[in-house]
Amino acid sequence: MKKLISFTLNGHEVSAEVESHRMLLELLRETFDLKGTKPGCGQGECGACTVLVDGVNVDSCLYPAFEIEGKSVTTVEGLIGEGNRLHPVQKSFVDRGGIQCGFCSPGMIMSATALLKENPSPSDEEIKRGISGNLCRCTGYVQIVESVRDAAERMRENAG
Amino acid sequence: MTTKYSFIGTEAARPDAPDKAAGKAVYIHDLVRPGMLFGKIKYSEHAHARIKRIDTSRAERLPGVRAVLTGDNSPQVRYGFIKDNFVFKRDKVRQYRDEVAAVAATDPDIAAEAVDLIEVEYEELPGVFDPEEALQEGAPLIHDTDARGKPRKDNLVPVPWRFAAGDVEKAKQEAAYVAEDAFETQLIQQSCMGTAGCIAEFDLQNNLIMHTKTQIPFLAQNDFNQALAAMGLKGKNTRVIVPTLGGSFGTGLDTHGYEFIAILLAYKTGRPVKIVLGREEEFVTLSPRQPTRSRIVQGCDRDGKLTFRELHMILDNGAYTSWGATTPSVMMLPVSSIYRVPNVLYDTQIVYTNNTYCQAMRGYGNPQAAWALEGNLDHLAEEAGIDPYEFRMINRNIPDDLTPMGLNITTCGHKECLETVADRLGWKEKRGKGEKTEDGKARGVGMASLFHVGGSGRVYRSDGTGIIMKLDDFGNVSVIAGGVEMGQGFEASLSLASAEALGVTPGKVKVVTGDTATCPWDVGTHASRGAFTACNAAIQAARLAREKIFTLAAEHFMPRIQYKEKRKQKKDPDYRVPDLDFERALQPSDFDMKEDVVFLKDEPGHPHLHLRLEEILREAHYKEQGTMIVTEAFYDPCNQMLDMKTCRGNLSATYIFGTQGAEVEVDTETGKVKVLRFAAAHDVGQVLNRQTIRGQIYGGVMTGIGYALCEEYKADQGKNLNPNFLDYKILSAPDVDFPIDVDCIETHDEEGPFGAKGVGEPGLVPTAPAIANAVYDAIGVRIHSLPITPEKVLKALRGEAV
Repeated sequence: MKKLISFTLNGHEVSAEVESHRMLLELLRETFDLKGTKPGCGQGECGACTVLVDGVNVDSCLYPAFEIEGKSVTTVEGLIGEGNRLHPVQKSFVDRGGIQCGFCSPGMIMSATALLKENPSPSDEEIKRGISGNLCRCTGYVQIVESVRDAAERMRENAG
Repeated sequence: MTTKYSFIGTEAARPDAPDKAAGKAVYIHDLVRPGMLFGKIKYSEHAHARIKRIDTSRAERLPGVRAVLTGDNSPQVRYGFIKDNFVFKRDKVRQYRDEVAAVAATDPDIAAEAVDLIEVEYEELPGVFDPEEALQEGAPLIHDTDARGKPRKDNLVPVPWRFAAGDVEKAKQEAAYVAEDAFETQLIQQSCMGTAGCIAEFDLQNNLIMHTKTQIPFLAQNDFNQALAAMGLKGKNTRVIVPTLGGSFGTGLDTHGYEFIAILLAYKTGRPVKIVLGREEEFVTLSPRQPTRSRIVQGCDRDGKLTFRELHMILDNGAYTSWGATTPSVMMLPVSSIYRVPNVLYDTQIVYTNNTYCQAMRGYGNPQAAWALEGNLDHLAEEAGIDPYEFRMINRNIPDDLTPMGLNITTCGHKECLETVADRLGWKEKRGKGEKTEDGKARGVGMASLFHVGGSGRVYRSDGTGIIMKLDDFGNVSVIAGGVEMGQGFEASLSLASAEALGVTPGKVKVVTGDTATCPWDVGTHASRGAFTACNAAIQAARLAREKIFTLAAEHFMPRIQYKEKRKQKKDPDYRVPDLDFERALQPSDFDMKEDVVFLKDEPGHPHLHLRLEEILREAHYKEQGTMIVTEAFYDPCNQMLDMKTCRGNLSATYIFGTQGAEVEVDTETGKVKVLRFAAAHDVGQVLNRQTIRGQIYGGVMTGIGYALCEEYKADQGKNLNPNFLDYKILSAPDVDFPIDVDCIETHDEEGPFGAKGVGEPGLVPTAPAIANAVYDAIGVRIHSLPITPEKVLKALRGEAV
């Protein structure tokens, strides 16, 4: 079965015809060519495919594309401002060593973004819980936690 | 902190990080080629069986299918370290992951459906899944013949790893204290976040272009060219292009079945063919780390000085042989040389079984060796009645020492590493105190050390690395390298070292890697050698570039300054040209360059006598009979290949040491081990990039803790039981609920670039024995097999052997 669905993607109104068994991850990567969202396991275990749906971090590999109708999706590409201006979370990951191979980074950054929206001053424990669904094999998470802590400071400064 | 360097040792951000943060880095998953087809592999359904019939007719009829290949309709392509593997299995399958057929189709779903339509009829054969059983007489033979067709009598892989020094038997008789143990390590999976994959395509001359996830582009080129020859394309060439790698951890040290299958499918269809492994597929079909069984005995004299060490090890090779079969040659380093010991015997048996075949993983055998060595060392210390830290201090490695294996130890920070970890853990206050928490949990501390190559390792005849340095007329520097960035920070350290050596700012440096057609030759990114060899080559190339720049400067420096001064005066008639000797004769040796600025060595702060690098470079380009600055260097370390008969030789240009320690809490009711604090002190020679070196060590430690406590590739009769991250546990962020102290001990090695040694692998080498030794301190029982699960702890507490 195919259906025409419409939703907001990184701030733009878009629509696409989708088959019923397709997941949001495939829709983003194949139909909209947004390859920043990574296919890590296809089973919702690694978090590499994390995107925001109405501001909440979800595994796009398990999210049926049909259900995105009328919702708002933000991918890692959607965080970037004009002139390739990185979002404070992205900037902190770059500056604080939160990135090594980088495959988990887009998903990790989306989970951190969702966390900081909900909780602008998280403790280290809250940061770890916030990214607990995102696996990383390179960093041992220490510098990722440092990056998120740094991003929180940056965003509080920007807001203040 | 004052330092003689502008950039070395700073916290510089990685040059590859912004693209990765933005989702713009292109991994194999993201790469699309025009007209690309999707390949899918049909794997064996048995661990050991004869193939009786393969029927591909239904798959061939499926719309969208462009090719179906089996051993019957494709050329025979052999691969592997001793060429005991075939791209499609013809006669029999020897492991569950054996490739029996493959499909190329216009869509991945069609390819998957077609693979399901292939029917294979098997006649099951008895299998053997335990390496010791596989050694017994009458055990099923995994390979009836070797690669040359000679009949095989047993399941032993023909590799020569045996080392003997001194007289172990005599030392055994004379030792005051002796400790003997049996240890085991499990299969574990590298678990790269980005799964493996490739795209194969042919140009119109039938040369192959191979986009693939590899750590050895130039050796892979050789393997693929051999495959082309087997396909009747002798003399054709492969261009290997490496996309951004989503981790590698040793998986890219061999070429793999899926790569050769993509090549065959691409040739058959005349179109690019992409194969990317799914997560479950990667768990089941990509080779993991070798499991080992060790019997170890060590002894010491009355003063606690080690007198002998004897280690017999059996490795489960699985059904075929990768470069992983050479891991004992690396294990031999710590076995012969960690702590000073005169009499050593190490022998190994690598055994074919019907299990999944194994390959390299970060540490290359060293974690398996460390598990046996360091657990048994603690045991011996106890026999001798000496504190394990003191025991290690008595026997520690020292600078300027020649080991029984002929390893020439130069710089050595072993003592500082031991002291630092003891200090971080509060060793004296905590060790052997039998501390209990209020709710009855037991606490303890433990430590373990590592010894590894730190100045590359001459595994092949060459240990070389090429660098090309190309300067443009904007003062930009392309550092074109043969090595591979796989997440470890190769580009980050190479850009800093290049900037420092050349005298430019790191922002001017662009590291270019991953293309055999444009990059200079390199033997591969393994053995923690990436930064060590590439930065050394960059230093040489930079020296040559500076000579050229200063030769140009001798000619153009004063005229250019004069020209600029005159222009200033032309624009502003009131401007007074400074009183300089514009006719002054200068020699190349008069110049220096730092942070993009060329100046006179003797007048570094002069307000007028300096030019930006690009001004000199433009003078070189824009003139009649001009010139350009491109330099090259090939760095091959001063190390030796092992003598295959005696297993002796100075394998590495320098060696690294490290000590890790843990404080743990053991719940004696549940058996759960919790890490309370972890300390890692590593002799790194010199920190190149303070940010990435921490990342390397933290990452290593956490993988090491996973190896110690929870990771295990489970199999039943050769069939994997946990091919996903729900059932195969790697650590997640909340598991890091303890402080990790990382200390970089700088010993400034003369062979190292700016004094640096390799640091890629060591982070995970001594982690598991450090934790096990802490568990022993807490509860008084020694765990002999990895991982240290709650079940094993409870069994051990009940007095059962584990």
